[in-house]
Amino acid sequence: MRRLHSLLGIIPIGLFLTQHLIVNHFATQGVEAFNTASHFMASLPFVIFLEIFVIYLPLMYHAFYGLYIAFTSKNNVGHYSYMRNTLFVAQRYTGIFLVIFIAWHVFETRFQVAIGNAAEADFNMMANILDNPAMLVFYILGVLAATFHLANGLWSFLVTWGITQSEKAQKYSTYFTLLVFVVLSIIGIRALFAFV
Amino acid sequence: MGEAAKTVIFEIERRNSTDENSYWEKFELAYRPNMNVISALMEIRRNPVNIEGKTTTPVTWDMNCLEEVCGACSMVINGKARQSCTALVDQLEQPIRLQPMKTFPVVRDLIVDRSRMFDSLKKVKAWVPIDGTHDLGEGPRMPERKRQWAYELSKCMTCGVCLEACPNVNDKSDFIGPAPLSQVRLMNAHPTGAMNRDERLNAIMGEGGLGGCGNSQNCVESCPKGIPLTASIAALNRDTTVQMFRNFFGSDHNV
Repeated sequence: MRRLHSLLGIIPIGLFLTQHLIVNHFATQGVEAFNTASHFMASLPFVIFLEIFVIYLPLMYHAFYGLYIAFTSKNNVGHYSYMRNTLFVAQRYTGIFLVIFIAWHVFETRFQVAIGNAAEADFNMMANILDNPAMLVFYILGVLAATFHLANGLWSFLVTWGITQSEKAQKYSTYFTLLVFVVLSIIGIRALFAFV
Repeated sequence: MGEAAKTVIFEIERRNSTDENSYWEKFELAYRPNMNVISALMEIRRNPVNIEGKTTTPVTWDMNCLEEVCGACSMVINGKARQSCTALVDQLEQPIRLQPMKTFPVVRDLIVDRSRMFDSLKKVKAWVPIDGTHDLGEGPRMPERKRQWAYELSKCMTCGVCLEACPNVNDKSDFIGPAPLSQVRLMNAHPTGAMNRDERLNAIMGEGGLGGCGNSQNCVESCPKGIPLTASIAALNRDTTVQMFRNFFGSDHNV
């Protein structure tokens, strides 16, 4: 159960997040570039099955089982303020925040397209949403929470599946995942500001 | 400053029995050089008078070896779980707050019941089965360097500090905690113990096993014996990954 949760967080959810942020990054190259990329993604063959099996089902399992995990821990950073314990707690808080953020984000974009309120999730849709400064802040926090959660989750995935065992391996994978966090955050934030 | 005038203040979270609510009681003791928490508790037992001058019941606690080998005297001192025998008063911030390790059922005052750890050791079969009706002879040899490494894992004294520090060991989860997991690694590293390695691995793959670990790594930071608990858990993660594939795709033999 826990292993599956860890695996699904990386494949496919982590891969999807990376892909999603990179596609969004087209926004930095102008309205046209983004709309072309977004249209390409939305018109992939069997897109609804791709969405269900690559995104919705794994994401829902990860979210609901993740909430169960988050609420069965007794956080104790106050007394045991070690780096890993702090990240452990941050992983749980960002997880809970992301459930809220992603639910809202999907409702506001993909769901509106599904019920016919919008023709396509295009540049203007995002520009309208991010026009509101509060929403912009909410989205920035959402992107940062997601990239942190993925990077730190990647680190614990490597431990959970027994790939990084030694203290040294775990230290180097910390540096590596830190890099993942920084790079993905830059891509994500740059994309967000392209809509403003 | 006159040594004689110096005092030490203790705040102790007490309770009369498992089901009763706890209360705090303060004690002020005369300072003595090289005092540790246990000698202070002995002082309170000798003269159970609290800071208000009232006679009270002596504070109860567990202890045995007094040299950080048995694990019995573990308690939460100034917020962190550790052994009270090696907690030197000179190195602690005052007032010194003593609490029982509430991850375990509290029997009375600072005494806790650690039997869940011993039950876990039974659950994961943390022994080498050699009993039989006849002499089995010598077992396979173990490389000396491996023995030296395994010795570090064998230092575990089941004190419970790692379980107390672990955020995932609590009454909402059935996670057995780092200590019994590391014993699986120790027993599986033993050449004779390895003959039953699949039984131990299967035991930690189910409920309450490895899956309960959330990688907060408090255990390895807290372990008084410096046991590489998180390396043990990661190594077991790899072993159980292999075991999982063996169970499903493997052939019809187990070892």
